[in-house]
Parts: sequence; C-alpha cells; structure tokens
Amino acid sequence: MNRTLDQLRLMFGGEPRKPAPEAYTPGAKHLHATKKLKKQDFLDMEARDAGYRKRQVWRKRRWAVLLTVNLLFMASYWLDVQLVEGSLSGSRFLGFHMIDLNAALGLMLAHKHIIVNLLIGTATVGTVWLLLGGRSFCSWVCPYHLLSEWAEQLHLFLAKKKLVKDHPLHRGLRTVIWVTFAVLAYGTGYTVYETISPTGIVSRALIYGPGLALAWVAALLVFEVLYSRRAWCRYLCPVGLTYGVVGTFSPVRIHYDLEKCAHEGECKKVCLVPHVLDHITKGRAPAEHLDIGPDCTRCGMCVDVCPGGALTFSIAGVTRKPPPTKLVALNTPEAAPPPAGSTEGAPR
Amino acid sequence: MSGDAPKPVVSDVRAKEQRRKLLQAAAVGVGVVGLSMTGLLPVLLRKEQRLRPPGALDEHDFLASCIKCGQCVQVCPVNALKPADLFDGFGVGVPYLEPREQACDFSCDVGQCILACPTGALTYHKPAFLPVSEGMQVPAPPVLLAKQHEPEPNLNFTERMGVARLARPEACLSVRGEGVKGSARGERFKGKKRWTEVDRWAPQPVREHRYELERCDLCVRECPIKGAISIEDVAGKPTPVVHDACVGCGVCEMMCPAEPAAIVIDARTPWSAT
Repeated sequence: MNRTLDQLRLMFGGEPRKPAPEAYTPGAKHLHATKKLKKQDFLDMEARDAGYRKRQVWRKRRWAVLLTVNLLFMASYWLDVQLVEGSLSGSRFLGFHMIDLNAALGLMLAHKHIIVNLLIGTATVGTVWLLLGGRSFCSWVCPYHLLSEWAEQLHLFLAKKKLVKDHPLHRGLRTVIWVTFAVLAYGTGYTVYETISPTGIVSRALIYGPGLALAWVAALLVFEVLYSRRAWCRYLCPVGLTYGVVGTFSPVRIHYDLEKCAHEGECKKVCLVPHVLDHITKGRAPAEHLDIGPDCTRCGMCVDVCPGGALTFSIAGVTRKPPPTKLVALNTPEAAPPPAGSTEGAPR
Repeated sequence: MSGDAPKPVVSDVRAKEQRRKLLQAAAVGVGVVGLSMTGLLPVLLRKEQRLRPPGALDEHDFLASCIKCGQCVQVCPVNALKPADLFDGFGVGVPYLEPREQACDFSCDVGQCILACPTGALTYHKPAFLPVSEGMQVPAPPVLLAKQHEPEPNLNFTERMGVARLARPEACLSVRGEGVKGSARGERFKGKKRWTEVDRWAPQPVREHRYELERCDLCVRECPIKGAISIEDVAGKPTPVVHDACVGCGVCEMMCPAEPAAIVIDARTPWSAT
C-alpha cells in the first residue's frame, strides 16, 4: 500500500525517492549486494540482444491495436459498418454506450446534470480501463499518442545531431492543469478542455474530416520536436492523469524482476514516463519483484528494449510467474558469493 | 561558466535546473490554459447564432452538455449536421446545420440525432431545472406531413430550432409572380431531401427533382411540418407567411430558388407574431 501511495505521489508530480533502508526486502538487499556486472557483460548483452531489441514486438502489437481501433471508428462512419459509432469522446460499441472518462468529467462539472446514458457510458469505459490498465488508453488507443511517438523519433534524431535539446518540465504541471480545467468547467459552464484536447481533435478529424483545429495539434507536435520531448503526454494531458488514477488498481502491469535487471537504463531511455522506472537504478529497487506504478502507459517499449527480460507484461491472477531469464549466466560466478543463509528471500 | 568563476557544486546545478523546470512548466501551463480560454471569444462575439439540431438545449447548456462525439452527425440520413471547427471556440466539435446547404428535412421521421445523443444535449424533454424561454416552445407537437396519416404523426420535441422569416420579400418569386422551371437550386446543388411519393425512406438529391410551376410556392410545398407556412394575400401579392408551428428546420431556406434565399431561418429565435 505504501508503494501504491508513493507511486500515486509520483504520478501527481512528486520526485522519485530512494527507499528507506528498512523498506528493502532481504532478498532485494542480497541481490543489490551481490550483483556485479562488468563492462564486458554489458557488451555481451548488447551483442546478444541487438536482434531481440530490433524486433519491437510490443510496439508492433500496440500500433496495430491503436490503428485498428481508430480505423474501426472511421470505417463505422465511412462504410456505415456501425461497429463503433461516434468518436473517442463518446461512442456506441455494438450498441453499448462508451463515454471518455475525462470528457464525461468535464461535461458533468460544466452541465451539472447527469443522464442515465452518460452514466452508463462512463461506468462502462471506467470498468474497461480499470481492467485493461488505465493509461493503456494513452498508448494503445489515443491517436495523438501515435503522432507524438513519431514526433519523438524525429526529436531524438535531431537531438542526436545536436540540433535540438530536450527541456523537461516540472511534472506537477499536469496535476495543476487537471485541477484548473476541472475548476474552469465548473466555473464557466463550458467544457473548456475539449477546445484544445488533441485526443478529441485528432479523433474527430479522422472520422469527420480534417479541420483547422489540427493546426493546434501540429503546433503541439512542433513544440515536442523542437523543445520538449513528448511534452503533451508527459506534462500536460489531463486525460492521461484521469486514466492513470483509474489504472491504479488495474491488474495489467509491467512487472519488474530485479534479479534479471542489469541496470543499464535502456528502459528509461525509451520510456514516456521514466520516473516510474526510477527503481531500476542500481540499489533502488526495494523488492525483487515490483509492479510498475499507475502512471505507466503499458506501452511495452521497455519490455521491447530490456536486454535481460527483467520487464514483462503481467496480469494479476493470470500471469503465473515471469519467464525464465536469458541472462542467468551474466550474474558471473566470481561476483556472487554464496548467499548468507537466512538473508536470502526466495524469488516469488 | 567563465574560467575563473568558482565551479558550481552539483546541488547548485540541480537547484537551477529545478527552477528552470518549474518556471517553464508555469509558462507552458499558463499558455495552454490561456489558449483554451480564447475559446470563449467566438462564443461571446458570434453575431448570428448557429442553427443547432432539433431538440438541442439552449446554447450555453448545449455547449456544456455536448460531448463532441458526433454520433448525431453519423445518424443523420441527409448529413445535415457538421461538427464545428476551431473558430467556434468552446463550440469546437459541436454539431450545427447550414440550412441553405443542407436543411434538416426530418427524413429520419423521429429526430435520430436526438435518439443518438448520449448526454442529453439533444433531448425530447428538457430536464425540469432548465427553463424554456418564451416563444421557443411549439404550440403543439409538430405534425410531420410525411407521416400525417400514420398512427404516430408527431415529432416529439417541444422546442423550435429557430424560426423562418421572409427576409427579402422583393426577391421572393411568389411575390414577384415568377415560376420555377427545372430544379430548385440548379444542377450543382448537393443538398438532399425526402419526397415520400418518390421513396418513403431514401432522401433524393434536390437537383434531380424538377418543377414546372407557374408561380413559385416551394417553401410551402416542401415544408415538412403541417401548418408551418402558407401563401397568403399580403398587400395584393401572394406572399409566404410563417406560422407558429414552424420549427426552424430550414427546408424552406434550402429550397428557395432566389439567390441568396428570400426566406431564411433565424436560428434559436423565438416565434413572434410580427
């Protein structure tokens, strides 16, 4: 529970902290003390896993899902298939009401009147994303996320050439933005956030045809390319925070296995929300097995790049145990003295 | 850092970076919220109201309660509804009609958009706490001529979208004593309308419907609502006169052969006898 609260604190903008000494499990302590990797080990890992990393399995799956969902919305209108009528802010999926949680919240605050269909749609979507991981909405469905991913690749390319530099912003901004838009909706009686919501704008543009509102989305992308990497999704989007809160108790998680982690930091380099991976820094993981916090979008980029297979998708109650490590051999014998009896916690 | 300046300690650099992060976050935050609030300007400055779909709540409530999903846009059989763009500010993504291009001819029979709306922004019956302004309520449930002989001939919404007005009587073909030959709006007009005698359910392109009229009465002839408009003798001229059954659907404006239209819809305007 303490960890859950701490992960929520991180999501709302707090900085990661090194766990207190008494927070470490004996097993984790032991692993931290005994795990020693040399430069050669890293080079071996690089060589061994270059191919694995290039496959980008989860990214392919995720892009396929994201494109399929958005294409279904488009096809439903264009070809009159009527599978998912509407757009991301509200739709009927085979007749069932679906309402975007953040849009619904703004609307309820602005209009101050809730009809049954709205409630049903909101509850349905809330349940779906509670089960599927909350912010997995961001990386698996939101069309702006995909545009932003492409912009990120451009940003990283330019950054490599030293043409641009990333300027991280304070992550507390998103919480402030969330509260501000909630207050504005209640105070003005308008759904103010929807005016600039890139999720809504891109979704509507895909379904009902492009409009000038896309200029705002383009401006955002330019800002992300030239100035601040993934700025919207990282520091601003209140939709992400809403779904993040929903996903706090979701069974779908990225699971971290300390034993397999080589502390290279590959995962943090690709992560949209690297603060959720703070514990991969050597010495910071308080337990051998950890679930990544609610701000994680379950995009699977870290799973794709992790050379040791320390990060995996897990579903509570379904995934029995993480797959066996490929890198056991790298915990080289001279680095690991025999465990001191009772201090060893058996891996889960 | 110049060469002879003392090297800053790590915590100094960190504090500086932290300050930059905070300041830039504040600037970006103010920018984003400020930008979103510019959406208020079009709402305040718009001179003419948008014509909203049937059953829409009053403008402010409508903008507040519409979730901008476009399900109403999708179900309209004549594609009369469009989601508004950037320049509608807070109204971005909210459906509206341009009746001159495509009016709401009720070829869906019931107001499919009202049925599709998930939030009650379009509704047959306003919730009790929302007032109905004077002149917006139709005197009786509108009778749809297309189904006037059926057991349920009414449209069940209670408030009008707007009201028709003969804005340019001098251009009205009926007043001028002119007729209509061929299609009402020319061969390139893209609008559609249902003619029950052609097809009970499928709307037809207006350009394919041809007339042979000695004196134009299209606004009356094509009006889908019973008793909403008639040709009356006004100062010796046969003139279209709008009655309080008018719901403001805009079919008269769409069908008017004069260019620009002699009869127009005043969106969201209450009925007045004058």
